[in-house]
Amino acid sequence: MLGDGILKGMAETARNFFGSYVSKERLTTVEYPEQRIPTAENARVFPFLVYDGSDWQAGMRCVACQICEKECPPKCIYIEKSADKKPDYVGKQQFYPARFDIDVSVCMSCQICVEVCPFEAIKMDTQFELATTDRFGGLLFDRKELSRSNEYYHSIHPTEAAEVDARLAEEKAKVEAKAKAAAEAAAAKAAAAADAAPPAASPAKSEGGN
Amino acid sequence: MATNSFFVNLDQIFILLRNWLVGFLPAVLRPAAGVVLGVIAIVCVFPGLFALTTVFERKGLGRIQNRIGPNRVGPYGLLQPIADGIKSLTKEDIVPLSANAAVHFLAPMVLVVTVFMGFAVLPMGRNMVLVDMDAGLLFFFAMGAATELSVFMAGWSSRNKYSLLGAMRAVAQMISYEVVLLLSSVSVVMITGSLSLPKIVAAQSQYTNGFPHWYIFTPWGLAGFIMYAIAATAETNRSPFDLPEGESELVAGYHTEYSGFKFALFFLGEYLAMFSISGLGTTLFLGGWSAPFSFLTWVPSWFWFFGKVMLSIFVFIWMRGTLPRLRQDQLMNFAWKFVLPFTLLNLLVTALWRFMGEGWARWVVCTVILVAAYVVMGRLEMRSEHFGRRSYRYAE
Amino acid sequence: MSLTFYLLAALTLAGGLAAVLLKHLVHCALAVTVAFAGLALLFLQLDAQFAGFAQILVYIGAVAILIVFAILLTRGSDLPKDGVFSKTWYLGLVIAAGVFAVLGWAVLASVRAIPQQDVVPTVTVHDIGIALVGRYVLPLEIVALLLTAATIGAVIVAMHEKERAK
Repeated sequence: MLGDGILKGMAETARNFFGSYVSKERLTTVEYPEQRIPTAENARVFPFLVYDGSDWQAGMRCVACQICEKECPPKCIYIEKSADKKPDYVGKQQFYPARFDIDVSVCMSCQICVEVCPFEAIKMDTQFELATTDRFGGLLFDRKELSRSNEYYHSIHPTEAAEVDARLAEEKAKVEAKAKAAAEAAAAKAAAAADAAPPAASPAKSEGGN
Repeated sequence: MATNSFFVNLDQIFILLRNWLVGFLPAVLRPAAGVVLGVIAIVCVFPGLFALTTVFERKGLGRIQNRIGPNRVGPYGLLQPIADGIKSLTKEDIVPLSANAAVHFLAPMVLVVTVFMGFAVLPMGRNMVLVDMDAGLLFFFAMGAATELSVFMAGWSSRNKYSLLGAMRAVAQMISYEVVLLLSSVSVVMITGSLSLPKIVAAQSQYTNGFPHWYIFTPWGLAGFIMYAIAATAETNRSPFDLPEGESELVAGYHTEYSGFKFALFFLGEYLAMFSISGLGTTLFLGGWSAPFSFLTWVPSWFWFFGKVMLSIFVFIWMRGTLPRLRQDQLMNFAWKFVLPFTLLNLLVTALWRFMGEGWARWVVCTVILVAAYVVMGRLEMRSEHFGRRSYRYAE
Repeated sequence: MSLTFYLLAALTLAGGLAAVLLKHLVHCALAVTVAFAGLALLFLQLDAQFAGFAQILVYIGAVAILIVFAILLTRGSDLPKDGVFSKTWYLGLVIAAGVFAVLGWAVLASVRAIPQQDVVPTVTVHDIGIALVGRYVLPLEIVALLLTAATIGAVIVAMHEKERAK
């Protein structure tokens, strides 16, 4: 009959109107900035540098290999290597960045720097409310501004951080096992050398004495 | 009874207020001063209602569309019209260089003046009509007809293809549906026997067994009301008939080249036209200021009138949120091929109602005729069109 | 002959003069609308409510719009090259004065022919209705036939073009 479509439509909109006062699914507005939708776990905005422990300079994972600087498509990363070295998480002496600048206004959040880093040193942050009125240096972050602790990394990307930690711990365990095996081998060799030398010396001595 | 006189005084409170204020003046000035006070009241109340309606419309449409409407200015966004008013007052008034300056300036004024004049005959409560004219209904329609002229003036003077097209479409639409509006009101006039609006309301404010004699509760009245509602939606260029001013269709149609306060005047004129047509609809079909049940007559009459008008506005907003826009040829077809024949049939049925006399027979006969006609014409209207080869009238 | 009458007459005359003297055709059409409004107000001043409102409804609401549409849909927006006044305008003035004299004489003669009444009869809509279906029913039906013929003619003219173009 003519007009029943209109009546059905009006019933639907009435249901929407009254339902928006009672149910959440009929009122999907999130009133920003008083309310915020929690970001998803694999959200990504701009990069940051991870450091282990509490000292951001001593625990920084970055070894200034400059792979991310070369791979960055808009070339927003600028790295200067240091002159001296510092020990990394397994104890090996590594360079560290004397300067690590990212121009976040150029960064396009492609995550290539994260993908190519061999040291799990640079990861993606989820903060997006970074608007500033200083348009020349306001969005140029240096290494101190970029450093965040591993605990922070756990808080924003828990599964990823757990996986990274597991991998690093495995590496560390392997290195330590290797070091221990090497040390044991060296000790055994030293003991063998020590065993060989005095018995070799004593027959010589006993030979000389006879 | 003390409470009875209290409610009578509450009902007549505006009349008493006016008489008291006018009593301060010498006797020779009193009639004129009374009229001036009435005019001031209308000019203050209806734009105030307009402001409230804009906020309710935005919030209502928002809720229908699963979102909140404006809620930043004032509690629940109720002071939003003040922000809108300040915005439109402080915007730059741009007039195109090639526009016809005089006509461009006059068009919004003609619209607002004629629409305000339409309020003069609406009975907003018991004894609360500004001018009790013998041919009040005719005056109202005369003012509605003058509105079309201002739409045309606005569209033509802007020297803009889109404005002109929008104005032509708007005028064609308004003329077509004006016929329907008039014919559906004529059936009310036939039964009442008078063109005077207070008499029409008085004829409807009687009660049998507690139920009112509103014309919408009769078969011809219900059909007439539905046709009147369709025509009213088309007259005021409201969705789904808002092709002349739809933003996605014609930029803004005939008020494209208007900015700032003139645009606010157009907006005001459109909403006031909506109020006045709803006011006329409630007067003709919904019983004007009379209460729905006889035991509710103690509630002031102006409360019922404005309540019914706001209910009509709510239905307008509801339809806007529900229906998609009709294309120009669809709405013209609808007017001339369905609504107008049905309205003419309604006139016949009204005459039949009048001459069959009291009793249940006339209810049955009239209902059967109207329902059968509606179903048959609806089926005819809903037949799918066969599109042949396209023919271009002026290209060959 | 009160002040209201003089004001309304001035308005009507101004509208009529503007309709003839203005250059742009649409301005002239709008000036004619002002003249119609003046006429309607004159009817209202004489207490002929129905005639006044019908004048507004029909003339301003329909005829004026028809005139404007006709101007727009034909080429009327261009200004004529030689100006709007013809060279023999004084002859036109003489003829217009002659017509006005004849009309004025006819009106004044008919006023003298009607007997003086003390009380102006109030004509309500009811009376007009009774007269239309009583004494003047034949003119009413003939006008209805005329309107029907005009409507059918308009439909045929519009449809005929579509038929021809097919």
